[in-house]
Amino acid sequence: MTQTIPMTSAAIGGMGHSMKRKEDPRFLQGKGNYVEDVNLPGMLWMDIVRSPYAHAKIVSIDASKALAIPGVLAVITGKDLEAYNLHWMPTLMSDTQMVLPVDKVMYQAQEVAAVIATDRYIAADGAAVVDVEYEELPVVVDPFKALLPDAPVLRTDKPGKTDNHIFHWEAGDAAVTDKAFADADVVVKQDIYIPRIHVASIETCGCVASFEKTEGKLTVWMTTQAPHAIRTVFALVAGHVGLSEEKIRIISPDIGGGFGGKVPVYPGYVIAVAASVLIGKPVKWIEDRMENLQADSFARDYHTTAELAATKDGKLTALRFKTLADHGYADAAANPSKFPAGLYHICTGSYDLQAAHVEVDGAYTNKPPGGVAYRCSFRVTEAVHTIERMVDIMAHQIGMDPAALRMKNFIEKDQFPYKSVLGWEYDSGDYHAALQKAMDIIGYDDLRREQLEKRARGEFMGIGISSFTEIVGAGPSKDFDILGIKMFDSAEIRVHPTGKAIARFGTKSQGQGHETTYAQIVAQELGIPMAHVQVEEGDTDTAPYGLGTYASRSTPTSGAAAAMAARKIRDKARKIAAYVMEVAEEDLEWEPGKFTVKGNPEAFKTIQEIAFAAYTNHPQGMEAGLEATHYYDPPNLTFPFGSYICVVDIDAGTGQVHVRRFVAVDDCGNIINPMIVDGQIHGGLSMGLAPSLYEEISYDEAGNCLGGSFIDYLVPTAVETPNWETDKTITPSPHHPFGAKGVGESATVGAPPAIANAVVDALWHLGVRHIDIPMTPSKVWKVLRDHGVTG
Amino acid sequence: MIPASFEYVVAHSLDETVGLLAKHGSDAKILSGGMSLIPAMKLRLAQPAFIIDVNGVSGLAYIREEHGELRIGAMTRESALERSSLVKHGYPILFETARVIADPLVRNRATIGGNLAHADPANDHPATMLALGATIVAHGPNGDRLIPIDEFFPSFFASALEPDEILTEIRIPAPGVRNGGAYIKFERKVGDYAIAAVAVNLTLDAHDTCIAARIGLTNVTDVPARATRAEAFLVGRRITDQAIADASRLAAHESDPKSDLRGSAEYKRDLVRVLAGRAIGRAVSRARGGSH
Amino acid sequence: MALRTVNFTINGEAKSVQAESRQLLVHCIRETLGLTGTHVGCETSHCGACTIHLDGEPVKSCTMFAVQAEGKSLTTVEGLAVGGTLNPVQEGFWEEHGLQCGFCTPGMMMTATALLRTVNEPTETEIREAISGNLCRCTGYVNIVKAIQYAQRKMHATPAPEAVLQGGD
Repeated sequence: MTQTIPMTSAAIGGMGHSMKRKEDPRFLQGKGNYVEDVNLPGMLWMDIVRSPYAHAKIVSIDASKALAIPGVLAVITGKDLEAYNLHWMPTLMSDTQMVLPVDKVMYQAQEVAAVIATDRYIAADGAAVVDVEYEELPVVVDPFKALLPDAPVLRTDKPGKTDNHIFHWEAGDAAVTDKAFADADVVVKQDIYIPRIHVASIETCGCVASFEKTEGKLTVWMTTQAPHAIRTVFALVAGHVGLSEEKIRIISPDIGGGFGGKVPVYPGYVIAVAASVLIGKPVKWIEDRMENLQADSFARDYHTTAELAATKDGKLTALRFKTLADHGYADAAANPSKFPAGLYHICTGSYDLQAAHVEVDGAYTNKPPGGVAYRCSFRVTEAVHTIERMVDIMAHQIGMDPAALRMKNFIEKDQFPYKSVLGWEYDSGDYHAALQKAMDIIGYDDLRREQLEKRARGEFMGIGISSFTEIVGAGPSKDFDILGIKMFDSAEIRVHPTGKAIARFGTKSQGQGHETTYAQIVAQELGIPMAHVQVEEGDTDTAPYGLGTYASRSTPTSGAAAAMAARKIRDKARKIAAYVMEVAEEDLEWEPGKFTVKGNPEAFKTIQEIAFAAYTNHPQGMEAGLEATHYYDPPNLTFPFGSYICVVDIDAGTGQVHVRRFVAVDDCGNIINPMIVDGQIHGGLSMGLAPSLYEEISYDEAGNCLGGSFIDYLVPTAVETPNWETDKTITPSPHHPFGAKGVGESATVGAPPAIANAVVDALWHLGVRHIDIPMTPSKVWKVLRDHGVTG
Repeated sequence: MIPASFEYVVAHSLDETVGLLAKHGSDAKILSGGMSLIPAMKLRLAQPAFIIDVNGVSGLAYIREEHGELRIGAMTRESALERSSLVKHGYPILFETARVIADPLVRNRATIGGNLAHADPANDHPATMLALGATIVAHGPNGDRLIPIDEFFPSFFASALEPDEILTEIRIPAPGVRNGGAYIKFERKVGDYAIAAVAVNLTLDAHDTCIAARIGLTNVTDVPARATRAEAFLVGRRITDQAIADASRLAAHESDPKSDLRGSAEYKRDLVRVLAGRAIGRAVSRARGGSH
Repeated sequence: MALRTVNFTINGEAKSVQAESRQLLVHCIRETLGLTGTHVGCETSHCGACTIHLDGEPVKSCTMFAVQAEGKSLTTVEGLAVGGTLNPVQEGFWEEHGLQCGFCTPGMMMTATALLRTVNEPTETEIREAISGNLCRCTGYVNIVKAIQYAQRKMHATPAPEAVLQGGD
């Protein structure tokens, strides 16, 4: 099914128009309202004392010097919270993590105590003089060593726990896969590590918690991508101390970038709430960058042994991935409950594979808990990176061009909807078209010729392809929930008497431009100019319940809900129009903005006239007003895709990888706002570049965090970032109300293997088969020297 | 991150500054650009009791040629060096140094005097000043004292300034005939310190024989240092590709880098070789009158 | 804690504030003066979210003490638009989708505004170098570069409109 969307006028500004963003005037004039901008009368500040050790027993905490500083009102420790049974909290994966420790710390930079003071400077002074005596414990940094029989057991809080194993999960048929491997002409095998990284949104996390004692009402402004779910979590966790869900209001104001890092509940939020409840005043907590990088949820940290099988003429036959996931000291991933490894089993990618088996084990280590996404749908980046690397290794191994190998093995256009061997039903795709377009734009054949010439001169130039399939829009309620709450999402639209509208959603933009794109959906469906549609999200007292914005789910879920709610309104509008014009409903034709009597173009009612009538002249027996709410339960996920081609030049002297060109052809189905889609892809590509060449958080043997500030966590600047070249194909989703698929994360998912493949492509002839990301100058230099290149 | 408390004093003259330094000794820190000091204070790595702000001392920001020298006031901002046509055309090595320090916003505050007085082997000016054979002017209770750059970095993170002295001026000999210099820095990204960087300043005779050479190294030694054996190798030798390669190898050998997140010691040493080769090549090209 | 009186002008208005010596200028701007358009994104002078103009030059206000602003002229993002009219850089960021979450945007625009005041026709490379002290996590910089180019064209297409040239400093 192809969904064609009629183009509205620019005045209406429905789908397909590059409308300027409605939210921008406030951001452009410094009038955004971020959490740190929230100031309340009598507000106190919180600063957190953190552990210098990765694993240590807390012998004592002496807060006397801090409490002696004028302006320091309280120092909160785990023992204080233990009195209310609030020292531990559940993670989204039904594990537990500490709010504040009572007996031991489990990672460097873990929260140990919180200082509450009248001013942020005094709070910092207090935190600097809280004396904590520690007794160091053996540190487990390596997840492989964590699973050895003699490893110290980290989670001594769990009765009967005798190892550091968290979960085992698998998908696919092991026996069928084993047979396919046994029968294969060619098998390639590679260990691939995808390191720990951090989303590092430019705004860190924080909150202002305000407990109003007389009414028992808690309001929390916080950096959250999922305010409604947070409200429910707070009610569940603190119900026993009297916080009741109707008295909890979570407000997610303007968010300075989320990317998955603002999904979890961090201890700091909970401590600030506890402090406000205890002291009876508003408490503000804003973490600094080092706390953000060292203590907030990380992403990735997947160690995989991957195997791929093929016939000698390049037909891929089977895939086998075995992965060890380092979760830190708690499984604090933000996955749907049934999927401890997220949607990792999308790892057959864009290829028609008949056999696959994938296993993931999770391990505890003395590192911060996680792992969340880094601008990607639950572990999809890990899956795509691994399959795309393996396909390239196979192509080189059998001497086939990587583009040709992909073309030969893509799922064919007419195979959609396509049932993958690991159980997904891909909604739609045209993989050949996307790759061909990318090859045409970049001039693939010419580049291959240039590469040969350069190689002959001893220069290193590489061309890398990534043809990824994303899986977003979680998700259908039969399989998808977080803490039991189904992953629908919502929209509520009210059309006012003058024909203007307000629309509220269960999601929360962090820069994606919802105030614009949602207004365009409503404009498309109702013909009300998008300028007249006010969009609101993020306040749990006013917005309908929803699971929030992450995993590229807003357009697939809340966007769909907006269309469905608008269609309910349109159905009612038809009845009103028929009544007002005294014709039968069937005699009316809809075009965005008006109902016209068939065969009589002069006889019509605009949506504005109908809206007025809904409040002033509605049919007897019909409810007045013109509004609707819809909770959209998607029938399936959506599967955006694309093909990226990257050209790199490598400086053999320094080991530096220079991205010369990068062409991205994306397909996210029907497009709401092309300008915003392009922007999402630019940003996604940059967050694909970053971990490919620059970013990593690592740990030394003692568990010290390396890369825990912007000195060493290398967020690329405009100088390191290439000028991205983007284009698109459009293959609508057949099951989404307007054929859209979601796009926010495609590029982050798709870019890293294109870059990695390009680097290895430049060096394959030396005998190089793989380099783990980030491909830093020092790492590439080592590879070059190990292969006899002196530079 | 919040600095610890301190007492803030604005100095209006050099003598007042010196008096304050004499009074407060090592409890005091001079605030010029503040681009190293303030981050260290925010992280509470530095907790000086007194801050002496010398931004109000007039007459310390200038770039001029006099007495056969380029004289640069210590309070000259890096951005002023970048924008100076005298520096860009007359001292390209200095231009190349200034424009790779931190980032453009930091360079609007950071000063050349602060960069040197901080005596950080990761800073960029020390290597360049070593290559240029600069002289540091220090002002103390007894007036001005000239310190050859070779004596300015006595030990780890220490300068030759006395506790009651302030760096006021940098003097660089004007380039002679067939003199050329270059500074090449390799960093992980803009805003980073060098993984390694090499400053080269040399003079050729009419037959391309090197008659003087100085090479400074950044972030690969405990204190800012020269590659003296590489220099000695070049002097008296006709410049060929082979000579450059051999000198570069010597420079690498003279470096003593430490492994860290920027790379292994082995990598950095080899990087010195690569960068030295490129910097010597560029310096030679400039000495010969090439523009590049 | 001893407080000092600090006098400066900000967005054209004379101000006299009481500041502790150690108060960072960005906190003075945000908290004492309530101008919350200037943001904080790191503590190591890397991100540039706190960029303001100090006597017309873009600087990182998280790496200055408020007391250092004595006698200076400051401009923040709130001072860019004149009489409710966006300056060409603000307009460019809107037209070219040069912002997404908006958090780095004020600092980025302060840097861009200063660049276009000092360099007439910056090349793409010069623009990228000029904004390399400002980190953006959302846009991939492509549209920020376009936004600055838009502003540059606009400033040259409209000869000397007062509001544009004054910019706000």
